[in-house]
This record gives sequence, structure tokens and C-alpha cells, in this order.
Amino acid sequence: MKIKNILITFFSAIAILFSTSVISLAKVVGDKIVLGAAISLTGKYSSNGVHTQNGYNMAVDRINSMGGVKVGGKTYKFDIIYYDDESNPKRAAQLAERLISQDGVEFMLGPYSSGLTKAIAPVTEKYGVPMVEANGASRSLFTKGYKYLFAVLAPANLYLDVAIETAVELNGGKGVKIAQAFEQDAFSQDVRLGILDAAERTGSEIVIDDKLPKELNDMAATLAKVKAVKPDVLVVSGHTKGALTAIRQIAEMKVDVPMLAMTHCDAAKLSKQHGKNSEYALCASQWHKTLTYKDDFFKDGMTYAADFEKEFGYDPPYQSAESSAALLVFKDAFERANSFDQKKVRDALAATNMQTFYGNIKFAPGGQNVDKPMVLFQVMCDDAGKCENKVVAPLKWASAELIHPIPKWSER
Amino acid sequence: MDFLVFQVPMLTIQALLDGLLLGILFALIAYGMALQWGVMNIINIAQGDLVILGGYIAYFMYLYGIHPGWGVIVSPIIMYFVGIGIYKLVINKVVDRDLFISILATFGISILFMQLMNFAFGADVVLANSGYGTTMLFDNSVTLPNSKIFSAVISIIFAIGLVIYMKRSKLGRAIRATAQNARAAKILGVDTEKVYAATFGINAALCGVAGALISITFTIHPYMGLPYTIRSFMIVIVAGLGNLPGVAVSGMGLGIFEEFADYILGTEFRIGSVFLLLVLILVYRRFKLSRKREYLK
Repeated sequence: MKIKNILITFFSAIAILFSTSVISLAKVVGDKIVLGAAISLTGKYSSNGVHTQNGYNMAVDRINSMGGVKVGGKTYKFDIIYYDDESNPKRAAQLAERLISQDGVEFMLGPYSSGLTKAIAPVTEKYGVPMVEANGASRSLFTKGYKYLFAVLAPANLYLDVAIETAVELNGGKGVKIAQAFEQDAFSQDVRLGILDAAERTGSEIVIDDKLPKELNDMAATLAKVKAVKPDVLVVSGHTKGALTAIRQIAEMKVDVPMLAMTHCDAAKLSKQHGKNSEYALCASQWHKTLTYKDDFFKDGMTYAADFEKEFGYDPPYQSAESSAALLVFKDAFERANSFDQKKVRDALAATNMQTFYGNIKFAPGGQNVDKPMVLFQVMCDDAGKCENKVVAPLKWASAELIHPIPKWSER
Repeated sequence: MDFLVFQVPMLTIQALLDGLLLGILFALIAYGMALQWGVMNIINIAQGDLVILGGYIAYFMYLYGIHPGWGVIVSPIIMYFVGIGIYKLVINKVVDRDLFISILATFGISILFMQLMNFAFGADVVLANSGYGTTMLFDNSVTLPNSKIFSAVISIIFAIGLVIYMKRSKLGRAIRATAQNARAAKILGVDTEKVYAATFGINAALCGVAGALISITFTIHPYMGLPYTIRSFMIVIVAGLGNLPGVAVSGMGLGIFEEFADYILGTEFRIGSVFLLLVLILVYRRFKLSRKREYLK
């Protein structure tokens, strides 16, 4: 009996040892490169978390089916370990620890949102794990001197820069009066800083500068002020809730403003939820399917959108496109580094200079992508009330001409 | 500090009316909370989540092509039974316990509801369009969305209806008797268990009405319930427990106060100023109470 117990203990100990050693070898097993990602599959970011995951999966399948990654004369395939971070920064940081120290992941993909990326970045930095992220745009991510963080997207302060510049240009180069309302979170406040910069650069004046509370549900006061002060541009950023609330109340209160610029229009499905009321709104976007960037894997934006829709049943938002681009960047860096050494891969990532269907990618020392401008689209509706997002700036990709100023409510 | 609101008279009127309409809607939610707090001695942390669930009912009607305005009838009926269900499952086990236990229990229900709604309806922010248009006053310089007016009118109808019901009906009298003295009511033959269940159901139904109105006037999201709980808690505290007319007044007062704080201090201090007011009122209450106690000595 005793011997049997000892034997059982012995074998289970060996089994445990064996299983842990298998797990800790997980980074590159056989012909697989295992990447780790904490994604918001539940909680308040779950819809965008799923867009992110779909983007990653789409790129993994595509790269694997088109020959995989060639390192040292051998072909490898991508694989991703996902954990659900529950949209919770603390949980995300724990999961990053777990992915790195328990699962042995040596390369990471980013989570969804600036807040969660901020929680994970110190962990990946501590372990020297290169992370390519596609959904954290907050400027503060790129000013902390992180060496292993790379973002394929343009930083938040550039989101609505173009809108102000366009407004000034249309005003004959003279400064404009700007009213702005931003939610009090890292991302929106960064967008605000960008507007402040642009205002200073163009000699524009900020006439209303409201900070919206997180539990924002009512912008009536801000909009009443806008009606009284009559600015040239109204800028709103407060995630999907901000976009939806703003459009609803602007229409209800008949606020006339020559230009309305905002963020998160496509995530909020503005044109679908508000129809004609959302017409003429200008929206900042990281990507739009009509842009003419090209690569070998997804060809171009239109093809990507069609393939994505075939696989997942909906039109890809930019969150999915940028997530797919992150894997293209990793593949490129692995092949140029020709090694799985984290330092070498990191250096290769830093030297990235490529074009993907999503845009050009080239990282600044801070880790942000400096080679891809934001695009602005405008919601335009036909007579039947069907609304579409059309790119209006930068001019190079414009598929429609900007309608400015926005017609008054009494004429609509 | 910004006194633009007083320099432009139209803004003052706009702020007053906006605050008033908002306050009436909040008062309706607080009404349910006050009722249930008074009768069952339960502070319902899940109040806001019941509101949001009610909002989703109206939203789904809207999705299926039914005008969301009908939500104010359908939603309370469904929510009444949801309320009874919650009572039978959880609340009846904590109703005569310590206040702390019931707070814990309803807090748990709140988390459960949030996650279930997120699971079932997704994490997108949604709204229902009523297409009610806008009322314009003073040559378009004051605009009132008809959806807000509709909300206020419906809230008032339900509030008055409830007061009459409580006064006239048998169940209403039983509820009031139980609130005054549960034990005595029981001795006199009131089935307090049934009264409690009905009270919780009525509260949930009121939340359902408010939710339907909120989906028409604002936006809904699975995690947006807490601000409504806090607001109604505040309104009840300000009004004083068991003071139903006071709830209406303090709701409107708070709505107007909030709106003006927004203009004068800035939107970021809107909620903060309401909390500050709450603290001041509690301190004042305590001060008054301590004087009374001295007198009693």
C-alpha cells in the first residue's frame, strides 16, 4: 500500500514536471510561433475586443495558409493563446504575467483600448517581451520610453488634427472658433491635447472646453452653450456613448454648427442608429476600406473587407484592420531578424518600414506609427435615407468632396 | 466659473427646463426606491440595472419595428414579473435581516444583471429613436426635445397613478400598513409576504417605465445602471425617508441644481456638485438631529 502511494506521488510529480516543462517551451514549439494576447471578450469592451480578436485570427489564418513565417530556412506558423481580460486593467496585467511567466510566451499582441495597453506595457517591458499592439492610441503610451512596445496605429492626439486644419483652410487660412467636449479618459483627453496643439498652430480660439463625465448621458448644457456662442467647429470625443449622445441631442436641439468632428463613429454605427440625423458628421478613423494601400496577403482594403465579411459576417471596423496589420508586422520582423531572440526581434521591429493594406508602418523611437495619417470621413446620405461613410480627407484618398458648411436644420 | 448662463436669459430658461424635465424622470426612479426602502427597509443597489433592463425591452420593441413609446406600457408589465421573480429568489431571504445584508444581496444582483445583459445584448451602446421631434420656444432659442417632454409627462402620470393606487386600493392600503408597522399589519391579517413581493414588483415596474423613457431620451448600455441608482439614492436621502411628495420635489430640485452646476462650474463638476450637496444636506440633518436630542435630554 505504502509503495503504491509512493509510486503514485512519484509519477504525478514527474507528470507535473513534464507538463510544466512543455508549457514553458511554448514560445516556439515545433513549427509554431506562439503569441499571447489578453483580449476583452467579456465586459464593457467586449464588442471591440471581439473585433480585435477577429482581426488577429483573420491574419493568422491568412499568413499560415500563404506559407507562414520563414526563419532560419524553416517555415513556422502563427498560433495565439488568448485569455479574456474582462475589460479590466488589473486582470489584463495579471494575464500578461501569466502568459509570459507560466505559458512561456515570448511575443505578445496588444489588448483592446489604451487603458488596458497601459496596464500591460509595464509587464511586457519588465520581461523584455516585444509587443505589437493595434488598439492603444493614447499618447502617454509613447512618452514613457518603452523599448518593447510598438503600435501600428497613429497616436490619439492626431485623430482630429486634420479636421481643424481643414476648417482653417476653408476659412481662408484664418483661425476658427472651436467648441470642444471630451470625456475624461486617457484617450479622449489625448485627442483634446491634439486639438489644443492644432488651435495654437493655426491661431484658432477655443471658445468652449467642456470635460464630459464618464457616466455621461446628457450633453444638453454643452450644446445649449454651443447654440449661444456659435463656434465654427464643434469637436466631440467620448467613445461610442459620446458619439451617439451628441448626434441625438444635436438633432433634437437643432444645433447649427458649420463643422462637427468626432471620434468612434463607425464603432457607434452612427449612420445605422441615427440615420439621416448623423449626416454631415466628420469622423476620425485609423483606416477605411477605400484607401489604396496594398500588400501581398490581403491585397488591398476592399479585398480585405470582402474577405472579412465572408468569414465573420460583418463589415470590418478599423479595429479589426489594424489588428490584422499587427501580425503582418510581426511576420516581417521575424523574417528580417531571422531569429527568435527577443532582442533581435525587437530591433527588427524598431526598423520596420513597410506597407500593408492598412497603411504604411514605420515606428518612431516612442513606438507609435508615424507613417500613417488619420483619415476623415463624412457621413453622407442619399434621398432614400441610406447613409454611408465617405472619405473626405486627406485629399489623396478622398472619395467624395467635403460638404461644408453643414446645412442649417431649418433647411434640412 | 462661468456665468454665461445668467448673461443670456434664454440659456437660463433652457437650463431650468432641461433640469426640470430631467429631474422628473429621475424622481420616478427614486419613487420606486423610496417605496421599497420605506416598506421593506431595503436599499436596492440593483435599481439602476432594473432601469437599464427596462430600457432594453423598449429597445428590442424598437428593433422589431414597434414604436418604443409603447415600451412605457409593455416594459413595466414584464418588469413587474421580473421584480416578483427576484423577490421570490433572493429578496425574501434578506427582507427582515440587517440593512447591510440586503445591500450586499442587491449589489450581487446588480453585478449579475450587468453581466447577463452584457452577455445577452452585447456591450454596444444603443438607443431607440422615437421620432418625436422638437418643441421650439422663443424663436428657436430654447429647444425642448419632445422625447424629454414625453418622458416627464409619462413619469408624472405614473407617479400620480401610484399615489392614487396606494390610497384607494386594498393592496395599496396593505402596503402602507406594512410600511408603518409590519408586525401589527401581520397580526391584523395582512399577508406581508405578498405585500413585499408586490412592492418589489411595483418598484421594478416603475424602473421599467423609466428605462423605456431613458432609451428614448438618452442611451442605454449594460454597465450604465449605477448612476441611476446613485441619483435615486440621493433624491430619497434629500427628501427624507417615507416622504413621497418630497421625492418629487427633491428630484426636480436636483435636476435643476445639476443643470446649473453644469453651466457654472463646468460639465466635469456636474456629478461632483451633486455629491457635495448630498454631504451638506447630511451634515445639516445631523446637526438638526443633535439639537433635537439635546432638547430631549
